[in-house]
Amino acid sequence: EPIAETQWSTVGPNDKLTPFEDVTSYNNFYELGTGKGDPKANAEQLVTEPWTITVDGACGKPGKLSYDDFVKPHALEERIYRLRCVEAWSMVIPWVGIPLGEALKRFEPTAQAKYVRFETIHDPKMLPAQRSGVLDWPYVEGLRMDEAMHPLALLAVGLYGEVLPNQNGAPLRLVVPWKYGFKSIKSIVRISFVEDMPQTTWAAYGGGSEYGFYANVNPTVDHPRWSQASERRLDGGSIFSMFERRDTLMFNGYDDVAPLYAGMDLKKWF
Amino acid sequence: MVLTQRAFWEARGRSPALKPVVFALALVPLAELALRLFGLGLWGALGVNPIESIVRFSGDWALRMLLVALAVTPLRLLTGLAWPMKLRRMLGLFAFFYAALHLAAYVGLDQGLDWARIWADVVKRLYITVGMAAFAILLALALTSPKAAVRRLGGRRWQALHRLVYPAAVLAVVHYGLMVKADLTQPVIHGVVLALLLAARPALKSWRGRRRSGAEGRVRTAGRGL
Repeated sequence: EPIAETQWSTVGPNDKLTPFEDVTSYNNFYELGTGKGDPKANAEQLVTEPWTITVDGACGKPGKLSYDDFVKPHALEERIYRLRCVEAWSMVIPWVGIPLGEALKRFEPTAQAKYVRFETIHDPKMLPAQRSGVLDWPYVEGLRMDEAMHPLALLAVGLYGEVLPNQNGAPLRLVVPWKYGFKSIKSIVRISFVEDMPQTTWAAYGGGSEYGFYANVNPTVDHPRWSQASERRLDGGSIFSMFERRDTLMFNGYDDVAPLYAGMDLKKWF
Repeated sequence: MVLTQRAFWEARGRSPALKPVVFALALVPLAELALRLFGLGLWGALGVNPIESIVRFSGDWALRMLLVALAVTPLRLLTGLAWPMKLRRMLGLFAFFYAALHLAAYVGLDQGLDWARIWADVVKRLYITVGMAAFAILLALALTSPKAAVRRLGGRRWQALHRLVYPAAVLAVVHYGLMVKADLTQPVIHGVVLALLLAARPALKSWRGRRRSGAEGRVRTAGRGL
């Protein structure tokens, strides 16, 4: 029985899949440690069963759902996406998941629902880095309602046809391929429909020294510490094959989303 | 008694083995890096992002070597031993060596010798500006490290120039702190070690001075400048 009922790829011949080993051993998941290898080393500390997702806010059918109740009604899809990290590296990952928009519609968001707010599990007993103040826990991310409803936005439950490893944000994480990786929040326990733009973790960090709420991949807007004009593709190749950087594409190459931002100055709303 | 002790430690300072042993130890990180390049390192290969690994590894060791070099004078003041001073220049040059490796990895591997992009980084990104300033100082100190340079500059001017190692070390720690995204643990640890090493100099000097004036002639240190 194939895990994914539909499969689609958004990448071209120049985009080699990042090996499973690399996707699962080079992670930014600060709750499990700030080093790239820490999330894998500490992965077993995150217990994902049982898992409850609370859906609340401006919607007709709020509730607390088990992982099964949340995911089961949907067909699983495999989607091969580029993932662009704010640190100027990128990967190509075959995710397995459910379309975010379809999942959200089940809760019947009302007209007051202008944004969706996502929250990562907060459990300092379980998650070592939450016992220190590296970031303001819990990790919070958000999307504008129309962004969340875009067919490219995915809630991932797996990768490479296997259940999502803990270090990649098990059991349920967001994947928004046209935004920097930190927007794709991991290990989601709460989804709220809200009227005002939510205060998100990195946008609030350091008095706004990082990116803002939108954080769309944009080669013309630098991060304070990294130029975003180019990136290094991590595809399991040798150091010599990684020497060549590639140009970063607007919206990470996902031009379909451009109409969402029509009329917005993306140098201001970065 | 005093003379015997002194002669003993002076002899240790001239020990034929000391310098080669420390030299070899200081090359261990380079050997580890070379082994990792071929996937043979004790702590594995270079990982998913090998270029980043090389940049980080060489930067870490540049800073560690700098701190080790800066520990020489406090060690001498604390123990009265002369022989660590004979290692100071070599350790400082190793700090420069790893810093040069770090810069070469950034310029060559990370940025692919794209000079326009590198220059944009230097002027726009504070952590790179600060790192370059630290490197410029280390370069000046490395170039003036031979004995001939000491003679040409004159002891006082040479010493004034080489006191720039303190701001260089501060800049190196600041460079590290500005570079990390949120977890400042490592930069803070290195910063605390540096602060202790810098604070130890005046503290130990006055302690030595008190001891000397308290027991004139009984304790003689083998100091030859700081």
